[in-house]
Amino acid sequence: MAVAEAEELKMSDKLLAFIDEWKVKPGNLIMILHKVQEEFGYIPRPIAIELSKMLDVPLAKIYGVITFYHFFKLVKPGKHKLQVCMGTACYLRGGDDLIAELETMLGVGVNETTEDGLFSLEAVRCVGCCGLAPVVVCGSDVYGKLTTDQLAEIVAKYRNAD
Amino acid sequence: MAIKSYVMVCGGTGCESSKADEIYRNLHKEAELQGVSEDVQIVKTGCFGFCEQGPIVKVLPSDHFYVQVVPEDAKEIIAEDILKGRAVSRLLYKEGNLTEVKRTDGEDIKFYQKQLRIVLRNCGLINPENVNEYIARDGYQALEKALFDMSGDDIIEELKKSGLRGRGGAGFPTWMKWNFSKQVETDVKYVACNADEGDPGAYMDRSVLEGDPHSVIEAMTIAGKCVGANLGIIYIRAEYPLAINRLETAMEQARDLGLLGKDILGSGYDFDIELRLGAGAFVCGEETALLQSVEGNRGMPTPKPPFPAVEGLWAKPTVINNVETYANIPVIINKGGDWFAQFGTEKSKGTKVFALTGKVQNSGLVEVPMGSTLRDIVFDIGGGIRNGKKFKAVQTGGPSGGVITEEYLDLPLDFDSLLSIGSMMGSGGMIVMDEDDCIVDVARFYMDFCVEESCGKCSPCRIGTRKLLDYLEKITKGQGTMEDLEHMERIGTHMHKAALCMLGGSAANPILSTLKAFREEYIEHIQEGKCRAGKCKALVHYEIVADKCIGCTVCARKCPVNCITGEKKKPHIIDQDACIKCGQCYEGCKFNAIVIK
Repeated sequence: MAVAEAEELKMSDKLLAFIDEWKVKPGNLIMILHKVQEEFGYIPRPIAIELSKMLDVPLAKIYGVITFYHFFKLVKPGKHKLQVCMGTACYLRGGDDLIAELETMLGVGVNETTEDGLFSLEAVRCVGCCGLAPVVVCGSDVYGKLTTDQLAEIVAKYRNAD
Repeated sequence: MAIKSYVMVCGGTGCESSKADEIYRNLHKEAELQGVSEDVQIVKTGCFGFCEQGPIVKVLPSDHFYVQVVPEDAKEIIAEDILKGRAVSRLLYKEGNLTEVKRTDGEDIKFYQKQLRIVLRNCGLINPENVNEYIARDGYQALEKALFDMSGDDIIEELKKSGLRGRGGAGFPTWMKWNFSKQVETDVKYVACNADEGDPGAYMDRSVLEGDPHSVIEAMTIAGKCVGANLGIIYIRAEYPLAINRLETAMEQARDLGLLGKDILGSGYDFDIELRLGAGAFVCGEETALLQSVEGNRGMPTPKPPFPAVEGLWAKPTVINNVETYANIPVIINKGGDWFAQFGTEKSKGTKVFALTGKVQNSGLVEVPMGSTLRDIVFDIGGGIRNGKKFKAVQTGGPSGGVITEEYLDLPLDFDSLLSIGSMMGSGGMIVMDEDDCIVDVARFYMDFCVEESCGKCSPCRIGTRKLLDYLEKITKGQGTMEDLEHMERIGTHMHKAALCMLGGSAANPILSTLKAFREEYIEHIQEGKCRAGKCKALVHYEIVADKCIGCTVCARKCPVNCITGEKKKPHIIDQDACIKCGQCYEGCKFNAIVIK
């Protein structure tokens, strides 16, 4: 396990090449953090430390930036990220009820991951398809005009896919 | 064989997520199978705006407008419409409650009748991934004009005539911004595009970028030529992958054609554009915070002056405009400022795109001339309130705006009229509320948002938003006092004066405006412990009316905590101590036997 994790935390050649390309450009930190998160799903601490050396930026500044922006995660998310839109339109059409139902169903709170690492629950800002409110996004799938009783089926779909 | 008809499939985010892509592929497959692939061109376009009825497929020249299409419909659309020239009537949009099809012509649909599409001129018409379609619709003509026939001053003069004001929210005259930058003499200048659309419930910028990315690229190049900049930066939300993708494709195509990059169209002028991704911070929509973020820092605003137009990115003059503002520019250059100025009101020219959402019948993207009334938008275009409920209010300007009540339904909307009634244009989110929405809860929702999004740099915003949220939570729990209302008003007014940026300065607007328009609802919460909309869970309880309950047991089966008991065919009872007030029984009851008290 430990070996697997260590292996997992190695930057790919693609990522290294990207960092190399951006290293010389001013204001590169956020773009590089995006690429790191794209690869790992979050910003692992060992990688942040490595970045600090590679870019010659204090670790405190890197963490300052990571924690400022909602998009960057410090812990590994679940395999399936259930993102409930909490934009105003979705909220008015029952987005909060969807969150409450998913919390009960999965036994985790917002920004938490189930013990089996399968699901994490997030409340996200407007995903920009208000016409479909309320909306839940999972990966590239978007579920619109949802009611709480449709959620069990959606969760089951991902659970059974594994 | 020549192409006889065109099938346009909406490729906006709303429709994409309801399988528009599969519809598009099926249409291609069917056209092939039925042997008409030579006669018909199938195109994936940008957003049609009519998101409520998506996915949308439109056929030209017959102008048949199909709504709520599923992938399986592809076969029939090709077989009937393309082969036989007949409409697939079951898929046509049905107006109102009529069961018969009233209209088949896309332009005739009520949703589009009062609209005037300048910004969205190409959305839903062209394939955003093909630069030639943009060029065929006069694309890059304005750039040619700006490069060869106009000086920087001519461009500014044209913008001045047009009366265009920034569409990001504040409504600052665009020509002035450009002129400030132009006048500074320095080696390097920048042009930036604010595509960090963070207002919850607004998605007009996303739709423009997804549906017509070249219009923004063209406009930024014109801005660059005008002020003397050679690099543009588009700061876009990372949450908009489709828009990012289409922008990248568009930039590449523009470079291939010599419309972007070195020596554009042989004019000797160089201009290129870089994308920078946002990372989910609402405050980065504020221009100085945006620049901080582009520089790789925490997105915290800096005091103004100096204004970015004079001292912006890397301390160089930077013109920042929002997506919608840019989308207007090519049309203004092409058709002239006077043409543009014929639309709108005295001080707000042109059109405004609104994202009409909430409890309205037809959610969608709506572009209307400035000066249209709320009644035009909500009732004529939006088709009124869903499920026959009563109109309560509209929130414009998102977390920085305020509510507009029934009495202002006929007020011509523009930048100044909205300010005068305590709201603001904002980026154009328009959220319709009905009688089931609790005004205190909505104010709490926005304040919760502001607390989360306050960058924490200045104390009026950091502490003020937190205090205001505390008061609102108290009130929604039935623990508020009348003094709390006064405290909120005082804090809100002070924040307006003291906060560093407009996020903090306007954060109290939702409270201040609802306190003015719906004060009695706050008082009801405080004095009577009552939430008339039934949204504040601590203040409501559900009861079964014995006379109306027929004992169908639906509620008992729906109840997640099994607190409803009763024999079959006899009135049921809710155990109030065990009830978690989830409201599922209330929603499930077909006999209106459950009431909120």
